[in-house]
Amino acid sequence: MLYFTKWKAALVLLVCALGVIYAAPNFLPSGTFPTEASYLPGKQINLGLDLRGGSHMLLEVDTDSVLRERYDALADTIRTDLRQEQIRNRPREATANGAEITILKPEDVEKAREIARAAEPNTELSGEGNNIHVTYNAVARKELIDRAIAQSLEVVRRRVDELGTTEPSIQRQGENRIVVQVPGLDDPSRLRAILGRTAKMNFHLVNNEKTAAEARATGLPPGTMILPAADASDKAAGIREYLIDRRIVVSGDNLVDSQPTFSDGRPVVSFRFDAAGGARFGDVTSKNAGRGLAIVLDGEVISAPRINEPILGGNGIITGQFSVQEANDLSLLLRAGALPAPMQILEERSVGPGLGQDSVEAGEIAAVLGLVFVIAFMVISYGRFGIYADIALMMNLILVLAVMSVLQATLTLPGIAGIVLTVGMAVDANVLIFERIREERRNGRTIINSIDAGYRSAMSTILDANITTLIAALVLFSFGSGPIKGFAVTLAIGIITSMFSAIWLTRLMISVWVKRSRPTELVL
Amino acid sequence: MKPLHLIPDDVNIPFLKFRKIFYIVSMALVLASAALFATKGLNFGIDFRGGILVEIKTEGPADISGLRDKLGSLGLGDVSIQEFGAADDVLIQLQRQDGDEKAQMAALAKVTEALGENVTIRRSELVGPKVGDELKEAGFYSVVISLLLIMIYIWFRFEWQFAVASVVALLHDVVITVGFFVITGVQFDLATLAAVLTVAGYSINDTVVVFDRIREYLRKFRKMEIPDLLDLSINSTLSRTTMTSFTTLLALIALFAFGGEAIRGFTMALIFGIVIGTYSSICVASPLLIVLRLKRKIPEAEEGQEAKA
Repeated sequence: MLYFTKWKAALVLLVCALGVIYAAPNFLPSGTFPTEASYLPGKQINLGLDLRGGSHMLLEVDTDSVLRERYDALADTIRTDLRQEQIRNRPREATANGAEITILKPEDVEKAREIARAAEPNTELSGEGNNIHVTYNAVARKELIDRAIAQSLEVVRRRVDELGTTEPSIQRQGENRIVVQVPGLDDPSRLRAILGRTAKMNFHLVNNEKTAAEARATGLPPGTMILPAADASDKAAGIREYLIDRRIVVSGDNLVDSQPTFSDGRPVVSFRFDAAGGARFGDVTSKNAGRGLAIVLDGEVISAPRINEPILGGNGIITGQFSVQEANDLSLLLRAGALPAPMQILEERSVGPGLGQDSVEAGEIAAVLGLVFVIAFMVISYGRFGIYADIALMMNLILVLAVMSVLQATLTLPGIAGIVLTVGMAVDANVLIFERIREERRNGRTIINSIDAGYRSAMSTILDANITTLIAALVLFSFGSGPIKGFAVTLAIGIITSMFSAIWLTRLMISVWVKRSRPTELVL
Repeated sequence: MKPLHLIPDDVNIPFLKFRKIFYIVSMALVLASAALFATKGLNFGIDFRGGILVEIKTEGPADISGLRDKLGSLGLGDVSIQEFGAADDVLIQLQRQDGDEKAQMAALAKVTEALGENVTIRRSELVGPKVGDELKEAGFYSVVISLLLIMIYIWFRFEWQFAVASVVALLHDVVITVGFFVITGVQFDLATLAAVLTVAGYSINDTVVVFDRIREYLRKFRKMEIPDLLDLSINSTLSRTTMTSFTTLLALIALFAFGGEAIRGFTMALIFGIVIGTYSSICVASPLLIVLRLKRKIPEAEEGQEAKA
């Protein structure tokens, strides 16, 4: 069965031609082809962040704090309702596990339970004795978390977009994680700085009865709290903490714009409120002349200027010991808005553009040399058949590139290693076949019979051998992260394409040669 | 020109005669690797331990001891500083900081600040405790699951003796490769784990080729004694086994020499694993079939078919 039917030969050639066409854009300058249609050739392989340079960050949204806040609010609602019915109660610290209220009189408990049950839909009631424990049901909880993540994604996207890089990718991962990938970023510390902050800004009045130090000594007045001072000039003046009113006079949610600018030659941050915020701001500043207005960012007082005159019109500036960079970052954060919950960076991997370029070059050299070694060795070992195997090997590489371009798979540094490894292993199928042909010849079969038997009996071995390696590659793909996935992808694609090129393509070449030159002796 | 035959055509090495020696050598290697693993342990990279890695390029040759003093005084625990491929390329690694992910971030900030403006940061990696633990878990599962899947596949395709023998050979290769990591102190990270799994795939691949031949000869040479049949199978596939290992090694050596520092550990693991994998498929897997009392099992129907053919 050495002879190919015409359509089979055509099919093999067609696959090769398609491979060349789809792989070609990788060797031409980008943009040579229009890339609108996804099935047309023209796409180049996606380089991973480790090769093109850039930052990968894995963030986790503190969903517990979202739940805690909501349960806090829920407890407040229930207590207001209870007060209306004159049921005396005591709140407990809200946790992410639910709102908890203690009813003081046992005879009220039954009624209180009904009130608590009616307070909000989608809640579940539990608790023993005098304690009432209210939680959202699973659906409502999921919705809360999903909304917080969606908002976080949006805020992160706005923040990253402000950096002005091309094609950042921001995606949700799992329940409460966000993966941010920013290619071509020179300075990951900036990304770190703007992603690591919640940027919740609120305005509070500074308490005018006591200083923070006095409050620490004699106890906090009701409705106040102590917050640390963040500004360097405050620290220089010996101010470490502020005693401020708990009540938020104007919330950062009312901000509509913020820009870095200069005042008296120093970098400052200007901001503008929406109509409601502007009105409230004007009101507060009119009524509280002479008091300090604390600007609180993420639980720290970044500035607490004295109110000298009413600020109408909804514009203001934040002064402080900012560097230009800090003023830029702060205004960026205020513009992009606050995260609904704090976020932390679980993992960061950043590669500078220099290293990425070096890796690509090293990978190319290694791949070319590996290829040359293997090609030479195959010719030395198998002569004419070795040349056929080498053509198939090159075709295999082209097919790997083509498949990766079409699938838009990501090529990473371990991915290049996978390709080089494929070069070594792809010839295995041919080695199996050729060795088998040698054996059949030694056993006295005719040339055509030997070739035929070689291909036929090597087949199941090739399949078994490749499927086991494929299993390892697939497991790697599903468990591995980033660069390792890249290795698994190239290895898997390489194995699959090599079965085509090493079996069908070499067979076609050999069959054409046998047909044309009718060899009487097989040099193998 | 007559093509080169790495292995002479009429090769006939009585591998089975030496099988006791192979068992002893392999047992010794496996036990030594296990003992080393238990006592000295793997040099886990930050992927699994959590921690910080920064690769920098300095202007001119790096002042390693100066860097050591500067970063050692930051109070961030163990700081490892080593030259990385070139005199002006330095790899700095910090152990996982006490506390949560914020503590890692703060430490990274301290390091970059202490390094100052005169160095270029080529790469920085930070793996928090949470991700480190997750990666460790995922890595463990990936090894277990791929071994299981491979075993199931082999079991489907061959008799159970083949499945057991190939998995024993596979474990043999994986354990000794891990032992190699312990001895050399090469860092064990995600990339090297990938290398170990690739070695697993490769080792099985090699074994399967020999087993395929054994299965074929079991049908073909019905009168031959099993040990002779195993020897014949190993010898007739010997040329292929060495050829494939050789071409793969050629490619890997190019990668090792020119592929850059970042994947050197990975390549080293592959090279070592392929050598061990080739040894085990010749000298461990097939002889094991005797231990497992491989017998000819020819169903009636098959015999009838062959008679007709």
